[in-house]
Amino acid sequence: MTLLLDVEGPAAPPRDNGELVFAEPWESRVFGLAVTLHDRGAFSWDEFRDHLVARIAEWEQAHPPGECFSYYRCWLAALESVVVADGTVGVTEVADRATALAARPAGHDHAGHDHDHSH
Amino acid sequence: MTTSAPNPDRLSPALRTEALEQLLTERGLVDPAVMDKFISTYENDVGPLNGATVVAKAWTDPEYRQRLLDEGTAAIKELGFSGPQGEHIVVLENTAAVHNVVVCTLCSCYPWPVLGLPPSWYKDPAYRSRMVREPRTVLAEMGLELGDDVDVAVWDSSSEVRYLVLPERPAGTEDSSESDLAALVTRDAMVGVAKVGS
Repeated sequence: MTLLLDVEGPAAPPRDNGELVFAEPWESRVFGLAVTLHDRGAFSWDEFRDHLVARIAEWEQAHPPGECFSYYRCWLAALESVVVADGTVGVTEVADRATALAARPAGHDHAGHDHDHSH
Repeated sequence: MTTSAPNPDRLSPALRTEALEQLLTERGLVDPAVMDKFISTYENDVGPLNGATVVAKAWTDPEYRQRLLDEGTAAIKELGFSGPQGEHIVVLENTAAVHNVVVCTLCSCYPWPVLGLPPSWYKDPAYRSRMVREPRTVLAEMGLELGDDVDVAVWDSSSEVRYLVLPERPAGTEDSSESDLAALVTRDAMVGVAKVGS
């Protein structure tokens, strides 16, 4: 993050004891997606939580040797499975779109986005 | 349904997230401006200072303390704190005889309105599994040694309920103001993995 914040004084953001809330920008985006969708009634939090619990359990039961736990990877997988389960997004749509995005030339300028990313 | 578990595929989570955001935005399901506001709120505004304010008020106002223990959600809302993951907050009071500590064994349930988003250790598989099995050991590893005369109560948040620990007020703070007291209260103390020092 490049936000200039007073990190120690009385105006410091009360986020926690010095640890960033999100380690990488995509984590904040995927967090925001779930909260925004829930806020507009796309799903109940219990429903999302069930998917999150399942994705975490899957990772814990079987993950590549040496791979560190990533909470927001599980969160992303949970959100994908929720929106696929309710038919909002097709089964392969996210992967297809991500593949297309991966094919962008280096130095792309987020063509197609008209909002600010935080990175 | 066979949605895959996260795995290290060539499509990075950043790419998948961007793809998902595009798809949902195109369908009118996500307004990026609304989403940015949510993110900013949880990055900058909502955090343990809210819980510390609640704790300091409870330490200095016995009637408030009682309301907080009786009806956590309502008492917390009196101070202006409410929102997602704060619908059913139960406040657990630490005493000389009982030390409460909070975990979510299955995921990461946490009282966002008073503590913000959980720290990484709270979400870690080791904390989630071990705190239930061997709380004293885990607490000691985190720097909190509890005497044998103190009972440890472990609360699993994996339900509708979210917990906030009301730590013991440290000795020697009888003359401290509410705001001075709030400054002493840490996130870790409100999860129950630390005490409040004076």
